[in-house]
Amino acid sequence: MSDTPDVLRGPHVLEYPYKRSLGPVLSRFFTGLRDRRFEGIRGRDGRVLVPPQEYDPETGEGLDEWVPVGPGGEIVSWSWVSRPRTKQPFDRPFAYALIKLDGADTPLLHAVDAPDESALSAGARVVPRWADAPSGGIRDVVCFDLEAR
Amino acid sequence: MADSDPIKAIVTPVRLDYDFSAGAAATQFLRGLEQKKILGARSGPGQPVLVPPRGADPRTAELAAESVEVADTGTVVTYSIIRVPSDNISFELPYACINVLLDGADVGFFHVLQNCPLEEVRIGMRVRARWVEDAKLAPSVASIEYFEPTGEPDVPFEQIKEYT
Repeated sequence: MSDTPDVLRGPHVLEYPYKRSLGPVLSRFFTGLRDRRFEGIRGRDGRVLVPPQEYDPETGEGLDEWVPVGPGGEIVSWSWVSRPRTKQPFDRPFAYALIKLDGADTPLLHAVDAPDESALSAGARVVPRWADAPSGGIRDVVCFDLEAR
Repeated sequence: MADSDPIKAIVTPVRLDYDFSAGAAATQFLRGLEQKKILGARSGPGQPVLVPPRGADPRTAELAAESVEVADTGTVVTYSIIRVPSDNISFELPYACINVLLDGADVGFFHVLQNCPLEEVRIGMRVRARWVEDAKLAPSVASIEYFEPTGEPDVPFEQIKEYT
């Protein structure tokens, strides 16, 4: 078969249109995003978990003490995306960052819109840019912007 | 969605865009379909005929380079009734997905069965490929629209049990 002259080639798309049921805790978190507020949940050790978890990550106990956090926060770490892919938040270079919202003890992953990589640093202050028309999801926060100094 | 309703679910699509190279074996198979031929392959005389060909005999890893044309008729060796919709499948639900042992082949070939009441689908049933009209033939598995019953007598289970 090595003499087969032309090997066929073509696009192949694998796509799953998943719809995830949120459960009570993430339901409240995403409903909050739609209403432009962040809420975390307090773990058994006192830390405020954002995004919130339904069960304590250490003990497995149910959690229900809600704590308002943010809306600003700081970059814990980040990764520059120089060649964004189709479904990513921007069609120009941007950063994915772990962002610790004010009052939270765990970081949230989101996009940061920055002019270039050199504008970013661990500890940099960021604020959310809310979507004009919320659709019910993490994209209700368009991204985070570096806080103007 | 009213502003006061809680958000109970989110849509999280997963999408992968591949640039897929069929490779030599599948290319030959797909070119065959364009000519209404189903081409399998084997590693040598007396060896099993594999359809669709993957380039090697999976039992021995030997190159399966000898092209063998098989028939577009065969025998249902297993089937499944599909009741869950999928965006990329246009058959009316429910329908039967069948594993057909094509005449001349030694492994089953997956496709869809039509023109047969679901309660009549059975192991041993004889079926034939329904090809798309000539103008629509392409190097694609879509060149076979579906399989349908031939009306021939069933093949006794004893003769196909190795494949079920």
